[in-house]
Amino acid sequence: MLRLPAFEFRPVRSVEDAAALLSEYGSDALPVAGGTDLYANMKLGLFTPRVVVGLRSIAELRRMHFDPAHGLRLGALCSLDSIARDPAVLLHYPALATAAAMVGTPEIRSMGTIGGNLCLETRCTYYNQSADWRKALGYCLKRDGDLCRVALHSPTCKAINASDTAPVMQAYDARISLVGPHGARVVAARDFFSNDGAHATVRQSDEILAEIALPPPPRGARSSYRKLRLRNAFDFPLLGVAVAVATNEAGACTQARVLLGAVGSAPIEVEGAGALLLGSHFAAATLADAAEEVFRAGKPLENANASLLYRKRMLRVLAQRALEDVAAPLR
Amino acid sequence: MSAAPSKMLATLNVNGRDVTLAFLPHATLLEVLREELRLTGTKHGCELGQCGACTVLVDGAPVLSCLTLAADTIDRPITSVEGIAVADALHPVQRAFLDLGAAQCGYCTPGFIVAAVHLLERTTSPSETEIREALAGHLCRCTGYTKIVEAVALAGQRMRATTHG
Amino acid sequence: MGNNGARSTEGRVVGAALPRIDGYAKVTGAALFADDMAFPRMLFGRLLRSPHAHARILSIDYEKALRLPGVVAIATGRDLPVRYGILPSTQDETVFAIEKVRYVGEPVAGIVAEDERTAQRAAALIEVRYEALPSVMSIDDALRDLTENGEKIHPESRKSNNVHKDVHLTFGDIEAGFADADRVFDDEYFFEGNTHAALEEHSAVAICGADGKLTLWSSTQTPHYLHRVAAAVLEMPASRIRIIAPPIGGGFGGKTEPVAHELAAAYFARATGRPVKFTLTREEIFYTHRGRHPVRIHLQTGVKNDGTITACRLQTWLDGGAFGSYGVATTYYTGALLPVTYKMGAYAFDGCRVYTNKPPCGPKRGHGTTQPRYAFESQLDDIANALGLDAGAYRAAIAVVPYSRTINHLRVTSCGIREALSAVAERTDYGAKHGKLAPGRGIGLAASAYLCGAGLPIYWNPMPHSGAVVKVDRGGGVTVFCGTSDCGQGSQNMLAAIVAETLGVDILDVSVCAGDTDLTPVDLGSYSSRVTFMAGNAARSAALEVRERIAAAAAAELGIAPERCAFASGRIFDRDEPDRALAFVDAARAAEARCGTLVGVGSYTPPADLHGDFKGSGVGPSPAYSYSACVAEVEVDFETGEVRVDRIVLAHDCGRALNPSIVEGQIEGSAYMGMGEALMEESAFRDDLHRIPNLLDYKTPTMLDTPSIEAIVIETEELEGPYGAKEAGEGPLNPVIPAIANAVADAIGARIFATPIVPERVLQALDGTTGPLRLRAPVAARTA
Repeated sequence: MLRLPAFEFRPVRSVEDAAALLSEYGSDALPVAGGTDLYANMKLGLFTPRVVVGLRSIAELRRMHFDPAHGLRLGALCSLDSIARDPAVLLHYPALATAAAMVGTPEIRSMGTIGGNLCLETRCTYYNQSADWRKALGYCLKRDGDLCRVALHSPTCKAINASDTAPVMQAYDARISLVGPHGARVVAARDFFSNDGAHATVRQSDEILAEIALPPPPRGARSSYRKLRLRNAFDFPLLGVAVAVATNEAGACTQARVLLGAVGSAPIEVEGAGALLLGSHFAAATLADAAEEVFRAGKPLENANASLLYRKRMLRVLAQRALEDVAAPLR
Repeated sequence: MSAAPSKMLATLNVNGRDVTLAFLPHATLLEVLREELRLTGTKHGCELGQCGACTVLVDGAPVLSCLTLAADTIDRPITSVEGIAVADALHPVQRAFLDLGAAQCGYCTPGFIVAAVHLLERTTSPSETEIREALAGHLCRCTGYTKIVEAVALAGQRMRATTHG
Repeated sequence: MGNNGARSTEGRVVGAALPRIDGYAKVTGAALFADDMAFPRMLFGRLLRSPHAHARILSIDYEKALRLPGVVAIATGRDLPVRYGILPSTQDETVFAIEKVRYVGEPVAGIVAEDERTAQRAAALIEVRYEALPSVMSIDDALRDLTENGEKIHPESRKSNNVHKDVHLTFGDIEAGFADADRVFDDEYFFEGNTHAALEEHSAVAICGADGKLTLWSSTQTPHYLHRVAAAVLEMPASRIRIIAPPIGGGFGGKTEPVAHELAAAYFARATGRPVKFTLTREEIFYTHRGRHPVRIHLQTGVKNDGTITACRLQTWLDGGAFGSYGVATTYYTGALLPVTYKMGAYAFDGCRVYTNKPPCGPKRGHGTTQPRYAFESQLDDIANALGLDAGAYRAAIAVVPYSRTINHLRVTSCGIREALSAVAERTDYGAKHGKLAPGRGIGLAASAYLCGAGLPIYWNPMPHSGAVVKVDRGGGVTVFCGTSDCGQGSQNMLAAIVAETLGVDILDVSVCAGDTDLTPVDLGSYSSRVTFMAGNAARSAALEVRERIAAAAAAELGIAPERCAFASGRIFDRDEPDRALAFVDAARAAEARCGTLVGVGSYTPPADLHGDFKGSGVGPSPAYSYSACVAEVEVDFETGEVRVDRIVLAHDCGRALNPSIVEGQIEGSAYMGMGEALMEESAFRDDLHRIPNLLDYKTPTMLDTPSIEAIVIETEELEGPYGAKEAGEGPLNPVIPAIANAVADAIGARIFATPIVPERVLQALDGTTGPLRLRAPVAARTA
């Protein structure tokens, strides 16, 4: 049986304690919440921290609160399952509920947290393999090697950000609070994900993702998340498209964000698609043009469980469907 | 690296009883249940959270014991398949699995059973879709799932009959 | 034989959907699988595996690993040099590689230590120097002429290039048959390899006493073959080795031959004198493999305008992976069973298996017959469409008839193919739907046949294929001893049911002692769907022997003739006057008093006249064949290429259903597994490595991808089967894959000539593009 490498487990009860421990051990420590991603990666030898800081008992990070004036505040330890079932999330941020409900399996959603899903380690078919497998291959840029197996001449790692909720958070323009030994900082979701497969996010090793704040839903808000996968459970996205729009009384689009997940090392905002929607009434031709923008913007590589040609082609299909999801009730 | 880390002494609440035992700080709940407590009903099929065979209840919710640290379950009630039957009587879910032939090789069965018990604790009249969604994190290679879905529905029906009858 | 039993009227067990006797332990978690066992002072083993697909081993240095505290012993190929293989003709494996490695993941050394982590750490300290050799990763590569620097994967092989086995058989006048045809259909198909992915991770535990007696528990479907191979490899008498097969957590053919970790466990137990356990990780199971062969298929079928098959020529190329395994049999099986389903005027078969630098392929549910069946039933659908025939009625018209001989001389007895075809067609209204559903929706049908055990054993010998002993205790308890291994198919329950029925006792009064080479007579193992038929017949014979003695004693007590004794409900009574009765336990005691210890023995050997007299005639014959038919309904998303299976209806002729619930379970599981193979499961390689050796990336269908399966049990009376039974474990898988392929063809109006039917292939077919979108397929998938 695959087993975890040795480490010291340090459960904490407060964000401050967590930050202090992480600060003390530096890169030798890793925080863990649900563990569904980290422990699997550790069993594959991808991480060998000396100390694992257990966040599960930080009660303050389990809070979820919505009010129409301030929006939604999600403690980082809220389980994906609780988010997927929450009435306020379902009503005001349906794409988030959908994305959370499409992660993994019921067990993974019950163990896994929103903070963990946003900090999900990037994935690649050359990387998410056992130590022996990677050794047989000769390793790769992301871990122990100096060559990206996906793009041989790439100076940076091309692993995929395969979080379902990441593109959605960015579509909703969420703010992410990071707490470190020297205090807190708030980062916009669009700045949180670093477009480098080797480092999924800008979170520093001594920081804790504490809370996610979503702005109140704007007038006439509509949103959707579409996911491409081969099985209806377990699978990470081969592609994800998140769309969030707002409309005025006349039904014209006043705000639009179209995000692509599971293509690059960070969610990709397709600004051209959003620009096409702005001011539009979601006419079929507009949606098709916006989907075309998405198709052009996404550049998948051979690093997931479907060919890049297929994923490229599905960009337009998924985008079209996500756009129709938000347009349909308005037509 | 070569110095073996020492075990920790802790109390776990397993199947309704507190047990104090020593285990490695980096041992998973799966390892502690199977290897320290010899509760071998909990199985492993992938070690990476990709099959559901190792599912147990912690705090009443199904978790993958292969991705749960035993040290992180201190003070939280743990229920494995061995804790599902009441005294010598099978739980209705177990009875239904038996009656309908929903266990073939039996290897995925304990995981399915604890997850199904959890589902029926929330509702004894789940629709077929609800059953399939609740148990989608469990792979079975023998049954094609048909009799498992039927058994969970039957167990719910019997539980309703007992409660309301 | 006279032991098969007429349809019993007195029984309450056979034919009843009783809970299976092993179910109690399985729903409570009490069943002890191999990895659940532990012994004091037990050591844990790990295998060091090759990082190269093809390389020469220059040196192995494990001194550093041996010095790691906690490491107890290390062994390499030199320590266990005896070659073995499941077939006598292919003794090409050693426990640890010697001189060469032939696939990534091949065991090179074994380590045992005080705990598993230490063993794993030690493995990383072993230094192996390799000289890499060019790798051979596809059928085309393996058939290519070897250049000067090329080296055969098995240099000692006498075949050219990397060919392992080639077979050429012709029955009837094939040229005349094609000349006589009005139309000839000529297609190429590619069936991708896939694996069993049984949920239980293979485990073996061994102990060796100071007396030199070795006991090995292993998740094996074939304890007898493991016994033979262990004796050979360990170079010790078989009489000092005991193999025990505990409950097996799924097999599907993946645990049917001795593999390295089992033999390593035995070796280290003997070497160290301590209990040793080896449990494989999921990734290691993908390397151990022995799964479905990738097969390239060329199929030419000549038909009259009414659909009569005048000639059929089948050519198969099998990608065998690095070792022989069951491959010679697999090669024959790709050709042997096509004529068991349909009548043909003439039949020619050419099979060729090649070695490649991939984990060895072997038998998976449907062993070798699944791939050509997919091709044949696909082409048959195209023939029916081209000739304007209803696919169901057409198949029924050309199907073999009961009690006949096939063109390749196989003996057919009971045959429910027509009943199965009409059952699935009627249940689904196939005739009214096929070709008439809305675009994107499709319905497909297919049929198939399978063995009830191989007519000949794997190693030639004149002994029975199955033996059983039935013992009656003074308390009325009955124990049946038989060498079977229960991998979930229900063989324990089958043995208990047959014995309970024969003796008229409650099934829970029967205990089964199985799969223990010290205690149980030989049964060849759980493969080729042989257990119900063969072990069932042996158990029936053994029970009848006991019954005769009990009847004699009871008759004396009751003052009637023994022929009048009926056995039911734990009583022996006068058939004509049921109130004259004796409790079973009292009758058993009386019998023991009369004749001594109450034990009956039974054996089963298949009849000798099952096959023709030609080289290769040994593969394919079976004492009986099961028949299946399947209809699948699908919905195809034209934009994404995704296929959703909405419905699978599967009718299976299992002879008589000893336990209808278990038969249904086998049908449902077969339908599911076939669906996975049709749509998503594949052994995929890249850069010499298995690309997806885990259960997240190797796709097996989840509950949300699987429809509720409708199983229809078709009962025929198989005169030679125990209580009329045949098989249900493998046959029902075969029609599922072509039924889904045919449904997809109906939905999209185009044929896809390769499996699995992944979304990319569907889009390719819809586009009418040629050439493989997925470049790793050895044969370009052709699109219509």
